[in-house]
Formats: sequence, C-alpha cells, structure tokens
Amino acid sequence: MRWSKQARSRNSPRLLLTIAFASALTGLAQTESPRPGVSQTDAPPPVPVPFVPDSTKPAILTKPQAPSAPPIQLRFVVVLDPGHGGEDTGAKLGPGTLEKDIVLSISTRLRALLNAKGIPVIVTRDADTSPTADDRAAIANRAKAAACLSLHATATGTGVHLFTSSLTPANYGRDEFIPWNEAQATANTQSVRLASDVNTALGNGKLPVLLGRTALRPLNSFTCPALAVEFAPVNAGSGAASLTDSSYQQRVAAALAEALVAWRVDWRQRP
Amino acid sequence: MIPRYQRILFSILVLGCIVLAVLLLRLRERAQDRMQSVRDETPMEAPIARVPEKVQLLLANDSDGSLVATQRSITLPADAPSRARVLLESLLAEYAKPNSTHPLPSGVAVEEVFLVDLPGSNSSSIAVVDLSAAFAQGHPSGIAPETLTLLSITGTLHANLPEIAQVRFLIDGQTRDTLAGHADLTRTYIAANPDVDIPAAGGRP
Repeated sequence: MRWSKQARSRNSPRLLLTIAFASALTGLAQTESPRPGVSQTDAPPPVPVPFVPDSTKPAILTKPQAPSAPPIQLRFVVVLDPGHGGEDTGAKLGPGTLEKDIVLSISTRLRALLNAKGIPVIVTRDADTSPTADDRAAIANRAKAAACLSLHATATGTGVHLFTSSLTPANYGRDEFIPWNEAQATANTQSVRLASDVNTALGNGKLPVLLGRTALRPLNSFTCPALAVEFAPVNAGSGAASLTDSSYQQRVAAALAEALVAWRVDWRQRP
Repeated sequence: MIPRYQRILFSILVLGCIVLAVLLLRLRERAQDRMQSVRDETPMEAPIARVPEKVQLLLANDSDGSLVATQRSITLPADAPSRARVLLESLLAEYAKPNSTHPLPSGVAVEEVFLVDLPGSNSSSIAVVDLSAAFAQGHPSGIAPETLTLLSITGTLHANLPEIAQVRFLIDGQTRDTLAGHADLTRTYIAANPDVDIPAAGGRP
C-alpha cells in the first residue's frame, strides 16, 4: 500500500528519521523532480513534498526544514488535471470527438485565464500524454495546491457536473500516515467549500450544475481541496457536438476562473 | 320458364353447399378439440411456485442526477444470492427500455452475485457483483453515468436485502480499475451510505 504524508507533519522528527532511512536504503539524492506543465513564470517556491514510498519508483524528496525555521507561506497555486490522454482517449463523444481533447482544450483556456489574473497554474499534462493516476496525484500533492480540478467530459446529462470525493472526512494526527488512496479525506471539508464557490460561479454564468460525490482516481489521492469537473452538453438538445464549441468552452472556463478567484479569498480565510 | 332439369340441378347444388358447410364446421370443431386437448396435456409454462413480491428499485435519472425509488412486483427466488441477481437483472432491464431516464445497453448484464458474510458480523454481508464485459463496454462513459449506475445497484441491493452492507464489483470475474473509464471499481462501496441520494441539480453537496 502507498502512503502520503500530510503537509503539517513535515517537520516532525519521526518523518525526518523516515526520510533519512529511506534515503539510505535507496541511495537517492534528495532532489526535486522537474514539474511537468509548469511555466517558468508560474513556478511556485520550492516546498517539501509528501513522502511516497514505492519500490518501483524513485522516492522524490526535498531537504527537510530545520525545526526552528519559520513556517512557509504557501502561495495560491491551482492544479489542473485534464483527464485521460495518449492511448486513453476517454469517452468517445462523437465522430472524431474524444474526451481527452475536449478537456485539454478547456484546461488550456482556463490556464490562460488564471494566468491573466495572476494565479499560478500547474497542469498534469499539456499535450497528448498519459500520466498515471498516481503521477497526477504526486504532481498535485507536491505543489501544495490551494485547489485541484480534475477535468472530464461526457455526452450524458447537461451543463457541468461537480463531484467531490465520496470519502468520509477524516482528521489524522500530526504523526499519522494517511493511506495514499484516501488522502483526500483530509481535505474533503475544504473541497465541499470549493464546490460551493464553483457552483455559485457557474450559476452566475447561467450554466446548469449537477453536484454529487464519487469515487474517482486520482481525486481520492489529492491532499488539496479537489473537485472533479465534468463537462456535459450545454443543453439536452445540443448533443455532444456542443462540447467542441469554442464559445461554450470559453464560457465554462471563464466561470471556473471566476470561481477560483473567489476561492483565493475564501482559501486565505480558512480556519 | 325455367326447365325442370335446371331446377332439380340447382336444388342439388344448394343441398350440396349446405352439406359441405356443415361438414366444414364439424371438421373445424374437431380440429379445435384436438388442439385443445394437446394444449391441456402439454405444460407450456414453467410452474410458478412463488408469488410475486413488491420490490424497490432505485432508478437513476441522468437529467438531474437523482435516484428515484420505484415499486415493482417481481417473482424472486428463495435464496439470497439468486434474489440479488434477479433484482439486479430487473433493475438493469429497466434501463434497457426505450425512453429510459438512464439508458444502458440491453443484454446480459449480471453474470453472478455472490454474498459473503463480513468478518465479525453475523447479520451483515458483502455482495460481490460480477458484471459482464459486454455491459461494461457498452456503458456510457462519464463520471455521472457510471456513478449513477453503481449507486443504483448498491442502493437497490440494500433496499431489498438490508443484510448487504457493502458491495464490490467485478467485470467478467476480474477486478478492473473503472467501469467505463471513470468510476473507481477498486474500492468497496458502502451500501448503507447516504451517497445513494445524489443531490439534484443546483443543490448543495
């Protein structure tokens, strides 16, 4: 089983020992891997990353902060995770219309809008590649993001479907490890607040919204406030072809950008 | 004036018609009797040993993401695994009907349902639902439709067989990551979870 470590426990002596032990075993340098999809101007400051032991992959670690170091002021960073990619085409929405292309297009639009508003964005893919669910979660968790949006599309239903994780919210102790596939349980309460902001913004944009909870990878492995956002045809009569409509994509992206701007205020006022 | 021989000939023809009509009616009655006797002697339908029961199906609706409890009357077998299988076959048959609110492919959808007692519990069990590969392949891809299908199955099982507390899904007897690219099939679904009631569009999560 894979495990992730909560951000607030990064300074604990137990974790430092664990990191030192893992480094001795694997002989790996404590370096940070390149961040896929991060533009040079958007790169957030280096922060410690969760410890993700996995015998099949090199552990990615940063130097731990000294116990006396002042707390790091986290920047407001958004992670966009366009689903599928590569050979995984996702849903076939129509002749030549694939889910992986639709979500990548909307992700690109949303990223541009957020950058224009001064919000740094990290994407899990910006081309027709297919990172694994664990890779996507690792990118998001390493970024210590303030919001993570997993983007999908479907030909079923209408408007925008918002899903939070179906995991029961849980509070883990300072030194407790969290199961990798249940990491979202620690942030689920904030995810619901984020869903509320996004729901409001989509409503302001006159877009029908469906809210629900689901079990989805990599959503359940995100430690950030996270949503799965699924784009459906604009209305029942328009069919899946409306998903390729650039004006519809821009409208949805603008509403999501507005929601994340609102979330920037709410997130800073979190308890 | 009609000649005498013509009148005799006409009378003979009319008499012949009447005789033939009576003969045909008689033959028809005999044929009916023969068919009736064959029908009585041959069992055309399997004997029904149980009376139909009222069950509750949680039917999904794609337009508002809801699950609506609907009463149906179906005949269920005696043993619990078979009851669960018949329940799910009835549920998924509803989705294959024209004008379904959650259209799914027709055909064999449920290969088998197994019930296993949960460790440390005498009254609760976990249902392992083995879906057919054809059903998974033809299932609409998307978080909403896949989640609704799983919640509909989970909720229907728990509503009619309350001892089922958890549900796991297989495809053709094998574990699989997702149903049709999205909904996670590697986890165990809690049947009594309030997840069954997905908020309607515009509601709060």
